[in-house]
Amino acid sequence: MRDGGVNRVDLPESAGPLLHDSLYFTASQWPEKIALICGDRKYRFAEIRRSVDALAASLQQRGVRRGDRVAIFLDNGFEAVAGIYAVLRIGAVVMPINPFTKRDKLAYLLDDSGASALLTHALLREAWAGALARNRMVHTCIVVAATSALADARCVHYEQVASGGTEPRDVLLIDQDLAAIIYSSGSTGDPKGVMLTHLNMVSALRSVSAYLAIRESDVILCALPLAFDYGLYQILMGFKAGASVVLELSFALPAKVVQVMAQERVTVLPGVPTLFAQLLNFKALPKFDLGSLRIITNTAAALPEQQIGALRRQFPQARLYSMYGLTECKRVTYLPPEQLDVRPNSVGRGMPNEELWLVDEAGNRLPNGSVGELVVRGSHVMRGYWGKAEETAIRLRPGPHPGERVLYTGDIFRTDHEGYLYFVARKDDVIKSRGEKVSPREVENVLYNLQGVYEAAVIGVPDPLLGQAVKAFVSLRPGFHYTEKEVIRHCLSSLENFMAPKQVVFVDALPRTATGKITKTGLE
Amino acid sequence: MEQIKQQVRAYILDNFIVVGASSEFQDSDSFIEHHICDSTGFLELIGFLEEKYGIKVEDEEMVPANLDSLNGIAAYIVTKRPH
Repeated sequence: MRDGGVNRVDLPESAGPLLHDSLYFTASQWPEKIALICGDRKYRFAEIRRSVDALAASLQQRGVRRGDRVAIFLDNGFEAVAGIYAVLRIGAVVMPINPFTKRDKLAYLLDDSGASALLTHALLREAWAGALARNRMVHTCIVVAATSALADARCVHYEQVASGGTEPRDVLLIDQDLAAIIYSSGSTGDPKGVMLTHLNMVSALRSVSAYLAIRESDVILCALPLAFDYGLYQILMGFKAGASVVLELSFALPAKVVQVMAQERVTVLPGVPTLFAQLLNFKALPKFDLGSLRIITNTAAALPEQQIGALRRQFPQARLYSMYGLTECKRVTYLPPEQLDVRPNSVGRGMPNEELWLVDEAGNRLPNGSVGELVVRGSHVMRGYWGKAEETAIRLRPGPHPGERVLYTGDIFRTDHEGYLYFVARKDDVIKSRGEKVSPREVENVLYNLQGVYEAAVIGVPDPLLGQAVKAFVSLRPGFHYTEKEVIRHCLSSLENFMAPKQVVFVDALPRTATGKITKTGLE
Repeated sequence: MEQIKQQVRAYILDNFIVVGASSEFQDSDSFIEHHICDSTGFLELIGFLEEKYGIKVEDEEMVPANLDSLNGIAAYIVTKRPH
């Protein structure tokens, strides 16, 4: 691969085939329109394009090339948005990392992906400084808001590199190039990097934008982390449509977010059940005028029927979409809002430009009215897991045409007679907490790092706020004693907050099968 | 004011699981930005403030200016507490 001239014809009436083309297209159409609202600061499209170009040029000058991986380890904010587009602009691959990630896991992610550069924040130093110290592949680390000297010679201040009117060199890039690697928890315990091409992401973006009918006048509230594809796509969708995105750091204090929603006349609210539970628990909600809200979307975990009812009573003017997806292809289904009364528990049917079917254990296609594993076919399906051929072969298998591969989701669904899908279970034991995947193995591995832990088993238990809460059962070696809080604290020092157990139960011994393996049957 | 800050800091360090350098947070540091409080954390913190200082935190008052730092909390408690 080499850098070169742009080898494609731009279509003047619409954005080109690459994921970042829509930002440039929108910035040429509506340069003065507000694109992003972060706290007190509002950014126009032209301003974002300038910052993206400056950062992109700096990354290029520092040797980041087409195909290189660049980790974005930041909380929600302008710099994360600029970073994502700058990386895409120079043909490098965006690797968004959850800002709650701790040192050891960050080190694993940087190492596994062979990342060349890291964009991060001074507040997250505890995690990145340690990870960087044992990594030799990362040659550039750009740090936002660093007030003191940066210890590592590879580090530079964001504020120094993101200013200036330099434009990056154009890079030969086609839609088969990788746009992003998004890490996702897997049943084996090692996070897997989902490889997505520009075509994959542009396809998903087109389909989702089409069925939601996002328009230029929309104002999208994004309080979901950009490291989570559901959050990332709010930015992509907003910038594609020329809409405005209000980017919030957190939904932890709903009063503030609701105030901002009323003030900015927010029209689109994407959430997960945990966020909607917080919103509905906020008793002063009726005092705010949220009449501008016209679309509410839910995914990552099923919305309980009672919450669906409460949201519809609270926001009768808004269309509520129940959706289902997975990082491996972004989105799979949506339920048209008018179907909510007919089949409230369904996540709907396929979105535009994709084909879905269920298969039995032998891989045979099943008719409507069956139960089986969901298979997805479409140009949004990932290229595979980075450096993990075996895991890729489990998920991506031959499709109907020679050379084609389709996605076996590992999720079991039931269809009704019209083909609407109802989630039944996962084939593996991955937990969904706050809408994010948690691998029990990954948590158990951390528990075993605690010296006194003899056996550990982690399961998900129903939780009204989290969907599922992580619960750990541990037995201790003789002579050791821990409190529940000590065990949770240990887990939090290695795991993202949503992965750490909410409850720890100490037992004398864990149940075992006849062959001596720990079994989780009967634990609850 | 200083006493309130000390008491709230002690509560946070005792009850929340604050790991690593975050435990050295400054009076003006945002709990959200420093990953000290999530949504459950804020609910627990509010419960503590109500009990300890005999106040009622109204839903509309649950905003960062009042709750997201030791300085904010101390100023808020002073205005709320019966004189």
